Amino acid sequence: MTRPSRTPELVASACFLAAGAAAAGFVVAFITENSPQLEGLLLGGACVALALGLIVWAMHLLPSGTYVEERPPMQPLAEVEKEFQSTLQRGGRQTPGLLRRTLMLAGLGLGVAAIVPLRSLLPSGRGPYAALQQTAWRRGVRMMTSEGKLVRLDEVVPGTALTVFPEAPQPQDDATVILLRLDPAALEQSHHGAAGSVDGCVAFSKLCTHAGCPVGLYEQTSQELFCPCHQSAFDVREGARPIAGPAPRPLPQLPLAVDSDGYLQADGTFSGQVGPTYWRRG
Amino acid sequence: MITRRVVRWLDDRLGFGSLAKSGLNKVFPDHWTFMMGEVALYSFVYLLISGVFLTLFFDPSEAKTTYLGSYDALHGSKVSAAYSSSVALSYDVRLGLLMRQSHHWAALLFIGAIVVHLARIFFTGAFRRPREINWVIGVTLLLLALVNGFAGYSMPDDLLSGTGLRIANGVLLSIPVIGAWASFLVFGSEFPGQHIIPRLYIAHVLIVPALIAALIAAHMAILVRQKHSQFPGPGRTEHNVVGSRLWPGYTVKSIGLMFAVFGACLLLGGLVQINPVWLWGPFEPGSVTGPAQPDWYVGWLDGALRLYPPWEPHLFGYRLPSLFVPTVVLPGLTFLVLYLWPFLERLFTKDRAPHELLERPRDRPLRLALGVAAFTFYGLLLAAFSLDVVTRFTGLSVTALVEVFRVVVFAVPALTGLIAFTLARALLHSEAPRLLEVAWSDVVAEMTPSGGSRRRSEPPAAVAAVTVPEDHLPVDVGPAP
Repeated sequence: MTRPSRTPELVASACFLAAGAAAAGFVVAFITENSPQLEGLLLGGACVALALGLIVWAMHLLPSGTYVEERPPMQPLAEVEKEFQSTLQRGGRQTPGLLRRTLMLAGLGLGVAAIVPLRSLLPSGRGPYAALQQTAWRRGVRMMTSEGKLVRLDEVVPGTALTVFPEAPQPQDDATVILLRLDPAALEQSHHGAAGSVDGCVAFSKLCTHAGCPVGLYEQTSQELFCPCHQSAFDVREGARPIAGPAPRPLPQLPLAVDSDGYLQADGTFSGQVGPTYWRRG
Repeated sequence: MITRRVVRWLDDRLGFGSLAKSGLNKVFPDHWTFMMGEVALYSFVYLLISGVFLTLFFDPSEAKTTYLGSYDALHGSKVSAAYSSSVALSYDVRLGLLMRQSHHWAALLFIGAIVVHLARIFFTGAFRRPREINWVIGVTLLLLALVNGFAGYSMPDDLLSGTGLRIANGVLLSIPVIGAWASFLVFGSEFPGQHIIPRLYIAHVLIVPALIAALIAAHMAILVRQKHSQFPGPGRTEHNVVGSRLWPGYTVKSIGLMFAVFGACLLLGGLVQINPVWLWGPFEPGSVTGPAQPDWYVGWLDGALRLYPPWEPHLFGYRLPSLFVPTVVLPGLTFLVLYLWPFLERLFTKDRAPHELLERPRDRPLRLALGVAAFTFYGLLLAAFSLDVVTRFTGLSVTALVEVFRVVVFAVPALTGLIAFTLARALLHSEAPRLLEVAWSDVVAEMTPSGGSRRRSEPPAAVAAVTVPEDHLPVDVGPAP
């Protein structure tokens, strides 16, 4: 009788040794180095080596074979089913209808009471529609950059886009505006006209009317605002009308004015709903 | 020697001897496709382990703090504590980056394994009676895993995931009637508010993992109770299980698989960068980063968003938001059909019998075709989520690609479904054992009206069962065929 080959035993043992060595190496690397690559390679390698050893051991050495096990039927026998049902029904006669119905009412009441605390997740005070319809922009509110610096009309460089917020201690997200300076003559000749602009400066809500991403890319030559998320494009000369992509509405425009000191300010509120559409009239 | 004494000591107090004897002898059918569920399980275990490490360092707060760690570009900046602690984990905590990245890779692996496992269950008809309960539990696990993955990568409050949260907010707002309330309920105020990061944290580390763990336990308890299904073959009937015993072989192999999964997560986490939040920058109002893509398992929704046209019809005087159909109706219908599938199939096939033997995918050509078409459809939606990146390599405009994809996303699944149907029928009716051995003439015959009447290849007939001994222990029928 030939001796069974020792290969599986040697292979598995080599794997286990490698795993142990890699684990020790990991401890050393943890202490001396600060390299995630080395840590991952050594600890991951240790796990993989251990896995290989275990699988070789199981497949080639441990007793295996094909076994058959009986599968008892899940469907219950009629007598067992009947006995189970009668056990469940115990106490049914002692529980009259009035009791059952009032118990159900109590359960219903407690169930509703248990859901009500979800309301606490909502903000107190005004409902969502009031908050969604308004931003901090009003006639006379001045514009500031995200660093808090006020914007002067003569500082807006033609062909650039600037992100501005209403003057306040903190920049407010729903009031984000993108400020652009176009050629005043070109603006006059467009369909949209020069309403709301000051010397070629126009301002629109920066939040895309598709899913609300800030429309951060301005293409100077074609004068388009481009949203990086789903590639909607808005024609700035035509009141930021969507000309490509999935955005359904133009970016609402914020009418501009200049105060006596030359600082840019809003001359009213947005011309439409800011950000992604929600269920509302019109 | 020591183990024997320990086991005896425990048995003396717990009396598990007889239970262990039958338990350790349980038979599990051997097929490599049955390992997918285990891969998902072990990825989840790795997520728990690496997740615990991360919770010891992550600060789920939106309060501003100054980052004073070793990442120079951020040093001295005022950012949220969530973002600061995420960058600190990546740069200033020993093993932090390895744990963060391996945790993220494990999540991708977890959901991938669930989807492959779902495909195996679907194509072999394992969801049929009596396994509908486990199918429903499984679909719920998929849903919970998706939600937890999204919550997880949104927690660091970086600009990329923050942009994703914006889109999620837009999705909530798009729900008719209750949309605005839903958005304010989840975010605690108008977007972005101050509450979303702590809420995501508690959902991600406590509520959803607890649900997942409980459902996995139920899933496996039902599996043990019902016993695993098996492919038809010699000696296999509807009334037995043929395979290998749990102890010692199957247990050791399974533990080996566990370490292989851990190893894969660690190797990926150490060697392949993922989600470098320090590069995205912190979330700031009015800022955005591009190109913006979500993780792959949410990618099909982003693709749908990009392809759906800018339609906002009026309903009863109200504007129906354009995000509603691609991001609420589509996933809603998807999961509705998934949940109902065993019952829908039963309605059409009128097959109400319990099944312990699996079907080969070819045995149900229509189900195979529908499944292939569905996977193609969702796969194409997923591909659509990177159209803006694809333009860089192809030179085609995004608009042109979107137009093409709008057609492709319906035409190609119909085509692949048809091809799958024809090939399955050809395989079924020919004598070839495998797809690659089907003759072209068999396929052509399938496409002619009279082709279906040729001799069918039945699934291997169930051989008479082996007599079971009195002690009901598994019987050795020799080495595997």
